[in-house]
Amino acid sequence: MNSSWSRFNVTSIVLGFAFLYLPIVLLVVFSFNESKLVTVWGGFSTKWYGSLFQNKGLMDAAWVTARVALISATVATVLGTLAALTLTRYTRFRGRVLFSGMVFAPLVMPEVITGLSLLLLFVAVGLDRGFLTVTLAHITLTMCFVAVVVQSRLLTFDRSLEEAAMDLGAPPVKTFFQITFPVILPAIISGWMLAFTLSLDDLVIASFTSGPGATTLPMKIYSQVRLGVTPEINAACTILIAVVAIGVIAASVVNKQREVQRLRDEQAAQRG
Amino acid sequence: MKSLGSIRRSFTPWNDPAAKPYIAFENVTKRFGDFTAVNNLSLTVFEREFFALLGASGCGKSTLLRMLAGFDEPTAGRILLDGQDLRGIPPYRRPVNMMFQSYALFPHMTVEANIAFGLKQEGMPKAEIGTRVAEMLRLVKLEQFAKRKPHQLSGGQRQRVALARSVAKRPKVLLLDEPLGALDKKLREETQFELMDLQQSLGLTFIVVTHDQEEAMTMADRIAILDKGEVMQVATPAEVYEAPSSRFVAGFVGNVNMFEGTVASRDDSGARIASSNGLTIMTKNAGAASAGSPVVFAIRPEKIKVSSRKPANDDVNVAEGEIYDIAYLGDMTVYHVKLADGHVVKTSSLNASRISDDPLSWNDRAWISFSPDAGVVLAK
Repeated sequence: MNSSWSRFNVTSIVLGFAFLYLPIVLLVVFSFNESKLVTVWGGFSTKWYGSLFQNKGLMDAAWVTARVALISATVATVLGTLAALTLTRYTRFRGRVLFSGMVFAPLVMPEVITGLSLLLLFVAVGLDRGFLTVTLAHITLTMCFVAVVVQSRLLTFDRSLEEAAMDLGAPPVKTFFQITFPVILPAIISGWMLAFTLSLDDLVIASFTSGPGATTLPMKIYSQVRLGVTPEINAACTILIAVVAIGVIAASVVNKQREVQRLRDEQAAQRG
Repeated sequence: MKSLGSIRRSFTPWNDPAAKPYIAFENVTKRFGDFTAVNNLSLTVFEREFFALLGASGCGKSTLLRMLAGFDEPTAGRILLDGQDLRGIPPYRRPVNMMFQSYALFPHMTVEANIAFGLKQEGMPKAEIGTRVAEMLRLVKLEQFAKRKPHQLSGGQRQRVALARSVAKRPKVLLLDEPLGALDKKLREETQFELMDLQQSLGLTFIVVTHDQEEAMTMADRIAILDKGEVMQVATPAEVYEAPSSRFVAGFVGNVNMFEGTVASRDDSGARIASSNGLTIMTKNAGAASAGSPVVFAIRPEKIKVSSRKPANDDVNVAEGEIYDIAYLGDMTVYHVKLADGHVVKTSSLNASRISDDPLSWNDRAWISFSPDAGVVLAK
């Protein structure tokens, strides 16, 4: 492999990263702008962060978003895990193909359609739009993602582990909680995190299914931007980016360390 | 104390008509969709027996084990354990334990916790579990690895943990699915003897599934040879090898030369067979073959003598050919002798002395010969 820094390589990397990160860098830089004008640099300042925390509308929206994401991710994880278990374990029941297709359809369904159909449903059953309806909608949206993540783990799960547990006297329910669940837990956790993130930044479905008093942060930001971008919004976005970035980096560092430790252990074991 | 050898030698319950079988498969059939894995099979295993199920992959041996463990139910027929019909009893209530081919060690538990798992399920008091686990660790010589996780162990150590875990509950029957399949050759040979000692000292009934005939011959009291879901023969290793019941068994266990022919004459002492490639074969082991019937004469390579000089016993059990191939294996030498009609006979000679007094080389003229007791007649 040619690993030298040829002119072509450098150009590709610079262009690629610029394409990906330039908008974000701009946003972060201007969140520290002294000037109220978003596109004119007026010196460094953190005052917009201060005023952000004074902005009750944005803070309320953030709180709503956090609660919706927590609840919907948790419920979606339980349902998605159950769906994944059913799909991998009971491969012969009637309507399995239909069921698996239906579970995964929301993955490719245009969000506008999901949002609209949920709105029609909520109206039809007379459910007042608000916190509950956004949460339900997000469960619907994220459940299939959890199911996909957990299912892919279950496909490589060695069934003889469960058989061994039963052989040693553990009934099926005990076997699940003592063997299956701990082994697939990492996949369930990443499913949860995925669901949480999806819920956190959803705008389309929330717009359809939310009502007064349950405005999520993306909705709030979007509506404010339509009146003009303020540096406060930039600050809010920067914080969001920081939170997500820290979470992702922490997760991957922990994963990497675990992997390295595991590899070392295995090599040590082989040497005897 | 009696040595293990003397116990083994006197252990032949299958010859005792009064002995009660401990495990009985009665006309068991298992179908998966259109595929018949086990076909109307009957088999008995006695208490404290080391029983091997031997066969190629897909012969139904693992299915038998899984039905005994309770992971699969027979489509027809029944399985009795100590007189009790096992149908409908879930795996977690059966007094049998299984050692899995993949070992199936719980990856999130330490060695200790793996071994204790089964004991916890039966509600054994904590202190007693500790004692039993320590005893098991000692038995498999893994005391210093108690706190390790499975991925921190070598293949051989994992195998021992799996073994310790499966015998920890003192099951009535231990089922072993290819227990040594993942070990290298040397370790496998050592472990075979350890398994035998363990079985004797714990006094358990072992049923082992294997595709390795050497492994089955080394360890088992009796071997059942399976093919396409049916039992071909159940016998001691010596009987299987020296008195195979069919062409399949003779060909499956060890190497064999087969000569097709017809029985020319037959009396109480044996039969004279005219083989299709011109040999005259005298044998004492003619079974039920009658004069005129087509038969197969089977003879093991080590029972054929190769010599550069024509043996004295006139024209019976003798054939001339040339050395076609030689493989020197150290302890013995394998010669392939091509007869006049092109039939290649495999022979093997023990290298009892360092330098052979009758050296043979490629393309040398050579005579093969064997005694009237060396081979057996199989029905065609």
